[in-house]
Amino acid sequence: MNHAHLELTGVGISFPTDKGLYCALQNVNLKIDKGEFVSLIGHSGCGKSTVLNIVAGLHQATTGGVILDGREVNEPGPERAVVFQNHSLLPWLTCYQNVELAVRQVFQGKKTRREMREWIEHNLQLVHMMHAKDKRPSEISGGMKQRIGIARALAMQPKVLLMDEPFGALDALTRAHLQDSLMEIHADLGNTVIMITHDVDEAVLLSDRIVMMSNGPAAGVGEILQVTLERPRERIALAHDARYHEYRAAVLEFLYQKQLRPAA
Amino acid sequence: MSNPAAAQPIQDTLKSASRIALVRWLPNLLLPIIGVLVFLLFWQIAAGSINTSLGKFPGPTQVATQFVGLVKEHQREQLKAEAFYQRQEQRNADKLAKNPEAEVSIRPYTGKPTFFKQILTSLYTVMTGFVIASLLAIPLGIVCGLSKPIYNAINPLIQIFKPVSPLAWLPLVTMVVSAVYTSTDPLFAKSFVTSAVTVALCCLWPTVINTTVGVANLDKDLQNVSRVLSLSPMRHVRRIVLPAAIPMIFTGLRLSLATGWMVLIAAEMLAQNPGLGKFIWDEFQNGSSNSLGRIMVAVVVIGLIGFVLDRLMLMLQRRVSWDKNADLR
Repeated sequence: MNHAHLELTGVGISFPTDKGLYCALQNVNLKIDKGEFVSLIGHSGCGKSTVLNIVAGLHQATTGGVILDGREVNEPGPERAVVFQNHSLLPWLTCYQNVELAVRQVFQGKKTRREMREWIEHNLQLVHMMHAKDKRPSEISGGMKQRIGIARALAMQPKVLLMDEPFGALDALTRAHLQDSLMEIHADLGNTVIMITHDVDEAVLLSDRIVMMSNGPAAGVGEILQVTLERPRERIALAHDARYHEYRAAVLEFLYQKQLRPAA
Repeated sequence: MSNPAAAQPIQDTLKSASRIALVRWLPNLLLPIIGVLVFLLFWQIAAGSINTSLGKFPGPTQVATQFVGLVKEHQREQLKAEAFYQRQEQRNADKLAKNPEAEVSIRPYTGKPTFFKQILTSLYTVMTGFVIASLLAIPLGIVCGLSKPIYNAINPLIQIFKPVSPLAWLPLVTMVVSAVYTSTDPLFAKSFVTSAVTVALCCLWPTVINTTVGVANLDKDLQNVSRVLSLSPMRHVRRIVLPAAIPMIFTGLRLSLATGWMVLIAAEMLAQNPGLGKFIWDEFQNGSSNSLGRIMVAVVVIGLIGFVLDRLMLMLQRRVSWDKNADLR
């Protein structure tokens, strides 16, 4: 039998509240192959972040479970690196030191001091941030902080890269730059990525598959859209591509017709 | 090429800019000076109309005179000490000259401690108590901030002991120190240990409470970063928790040092332990016409030292703090 790289089986989570058990997420099943780029899209509050946090190990699923490379996930770890929405860099460390903290933790005893330095610099180069390596997070822009956040996650050499609305807080131009960088990196390294997004264009541009989630309570996977646009993808060329618009329309239709929010 | 005609307006602008800077800074310096001068004036006027059994209440001029007197007294005492040591050395040298086998004893000078000696004693005591308390309080605060169960267990004790005046502890501390600290050749005087422990008892609480709050309010996202990195507990504390809690820890330390300094003076007065408090009490008991002036000198000096201690802590905070843009005051 062929096992997937990452497998979510019957994942659900419920919280005790004053009015009894509240079921936030129910029966999420998903199989993700190595090197696949999957994005989760849905209205706010539908449990996208919860799914990501369960894969990260930050939350515990009430039912079902997550299996990565044949091993169950039940605690956080660097092989499932997270890029947080608001970068979450340590403000008292420079960009270099932020990445270094992760590298030291993962490669202690496996790399020499010099190899570690080269690896940190390599990752800073990947996100084009070598020029600001000695700056503190408070001295660089929001987009740059997110680049460092990505470099920190990549430097852990994770099996799965988890991104929680990584570009949500950025302006449109910066976001486009970072999307291009991310596509470049994904093409180079072939990481397995799960990304949460609110942005339909972003989802279509970046993903191999788009998982559209239904609204809560008891949210789950609504539909899954396979995006077969060939890579490398070029945003300007895609703007004239009929298939791109079909994918886009399919996602929009799901979000605004099938899953219309009761109150926006 | 420079054009003098074009440069002139620039020079004018620069000149007026420096004038503006002066005008802007002057009130900042001027107002505190005016405030102090007005206070001194009112003090002098009010002091002249208060009669006590020890004469008129001391005004600023009398205080200045007494301060000079205290400095002279200190110098006289130092000369006496030097003379004493010289005589002792001479005596011992003579003894050894007569008989090389002779046993010589070197005794310390035991004159009356002067005002400035008492200041040093008090500073030394308060710093010792403060350091002991901080070494206990910061780790305790970190543990309480990290673990809700431990916090719940310890919090009632903190809340009950926090409002207790350390002076209430003083008799107990004195008795315990004299019972437990028995050594034929003690490294520290018992009175010093008693004062330092009393100071430590009141320095504990602000630091524990503020450290706990600082640690417990650690940003959720940074906590998640630490979890994803799987940092060990020690690394988690050192790399994430401590830097994040530094501002709150320093708030606690500064509160602790300020109360510690206040309490020390009272403890020294009450227990007759060497220090500024004893100086004040001795002068009060002495009851000469100079006493009130000398006590007032001590009051001003206590205030100035308290101020300087707080500034030193602020400087230390600036050095340690990672956020150089933070408005520390």
